[in-house]
Amino acid sequence: MTTKQLSVFVENKPGRLAEITKILEEINVDIRALSIADTTHFGILRLIVNNPEAAESALKGAGFTVSLTRVIAIEVKDEPGGLARALRHLTVAGITVEYMYAFITKKENSAYVIIRVEDNQKAIDVLEANHISVVCGRDIYDM
Amino acid sequence: MPNYWNEAMECMDPEEMRKLQDERLMQTVKRVYENVPFYRKRMDEAGITPEDIHGVEDLPKLPFTTKADLRDYYPFGTFAAPMEDIVRIQASSGTTGKQIIAGYTQNDIDNWDECVARGLTSIGVTRKDKVHVSYGYGLFTGGLGAHGGASKVGAAVVPASVGNTKRQMTLLHDLQSTTLCCTPSYALHLAEALQEVGLTKEDLNLQYGVFGAEPWTEAMRTEIENKLGLKAYDIYGLTEVLGPGVSMECSEKQGMHIQADHFIAEIVDPDTFEPLPAGQEGELVFTTITKEGMPMIRYRTKDLTVLHTERCACGRTSPRMEKIRARTDDMLIIRGVNVFPSQIESVILRHAEVEPHYMIYVDRVDNTDTLEIHIEVNETTFSDQVKKLEDLAREISADIQSVLGIKAAVLLVEPRSIQRSEGKAVRVIDKRKLYK
Repeated sequence: MTTKQLSVFVENKPGRLAEITKILEEINVDIRALSIADTTHFGILRLIVNNPEAAESALKGAGFTVSLTRVIAIEVKDEPGGLARALRHLTVAGITVEYMYAFITKKENSAYVIIRVEDNQKAIDVLEANHISVVCGRDIYDM
Repeated sequence: MPNYWNEAMECMDPEEMRKLQDERLMQTVKRVYENVPFYRKRMDEAGITPEDIHGVEDLPKLPFTTKADLRDYYPFGTFAAPMEDIVRIQASSGTTGKQIIAGYTQNDIDNWDECVARGLTSIGVTRKDKVHVSYGYGLFTGGLGAHGGASKVGAAVVPASVGNTKRQMTLLHDLQSTTLCCTPSYALHLAEALQEVGLTKEDLNLQYGVFGAEPWTEAMRTEIENKLGLKAYDIYGLTEVLGPGVSMECSEKQGMHIQADHFIAEIVDPDTFEPLPAGQEGELVFTTITKEGMPMIRYRTKDLTVLHTERCACGRTSPRMEKIRARTDDMLIIRGVNVFPSQIESVILRHAEVEPHYMIYVDRVDNTDTLEIHIEVNETTFSDQVKKLEDLAREISADIQSVLGIKAAVLLVEPRSIQRSEGKAVRVIDKRKLYK
């Protein structure tokens, strides 16, 4: 029930993101969602793609430091309060969200939110018990 | 009229001095052979006994001592006096995480004060002066060494120690101190701070500067003298041998006078270790001939310089050493602190399972040395969470500070972004120009 996310270490210097996206283009990998965490000196690019393994090996081959992390994708209604409900349940259960990012889906009136927590299974149990839809990674890669 | 603290010793006829050194060397060798298993072992291995040493000409028969020996026999293995006679411990950087220590008897401390007092007197400092000491007080020999010598002269000592530049400026201004003892880079830093608070050198009363603990150039001397309105003098020393005061410039500024009744200086070829004549560049080697706590036999300083033996215009007969021209090892001196790249490497290794590529950058920005370490992120250190990467950099930085005693900026960089060198790995880029 988890989704594979690629994390790439990127120094803050010109052309790095262009380089990464070019590599993905060359192996015909499609980006589903991305977010960047940036600090003064470096950033971490987080990607959800249609073929995580191929992307990982291509980026590693090009000399990037890459890790595959399992994150949770949930589907929420694209309306006020949709995300708030899901997060409230995690908060009540004492689960801390390390980071998250959202993207609109092709499905009408819904959005996907990627959530990074320490204990995936515990979070999934809490979400499902509260009828929040946890999306299978496969569904996102093939979106 | 030249100023001497101890004219008999400082201006002794060279032949007389040689006899005194012969006698003291024989006593020292006998003493260490009898009291220090480390020296006895080394001499036994070399097949010599104290009876083979009749004077300075026999010095080359004795084995060398290195910093590695002090580490291997840490903490007390090179002490020649019983602990009840040791009154002081000082420390200096070792080549790895572990520091090396030195032990002093009361006689050693008295002689140390004497050496510094001679140097201060030779540049004109007297009991009427106020001596502001901005060397660090503590295990580092700079603060207490300068303090002891200035006290011996009878000057009023201001033990300011390091840090809090604003307060130092205020003290220098309000007390109208005449003498400043600190690292040359800190002297320049003070000069700039002076401008910032709207003071000029005329607002101060500085006449003499005693600067050491790090290499500096003639260009820096001119700059310091112009900015602080004082005369700047170089002082040299090392914890293993004594501390500051092993040698110091006199008012002639023609090299640093080595206190020959306490130390025998040799210059050896850095490759063959064969003794070289005066006037030739080589590695400086010291043998202490009065020290009781921790005598040193042929201690290799790894400093490259030249010795001069002709009588100085000041009247002193003691040999003079030029400014240090280079190091034979990779030791860096950053903000007056001796730093070995291997110390930094051992810290980095503690935080990564796989040895990361790294590069140490040393620079001087606004007259303050900066230490920046770039570490390539690898599979074992990388995380998708910013917090963990920032924690890693912070922890390495904190560990380096606790090992070295100085701050380091740690930057995580991409793999393969640090230039690879063919052959011996280049781990340090020192952008400062400290040697001429």
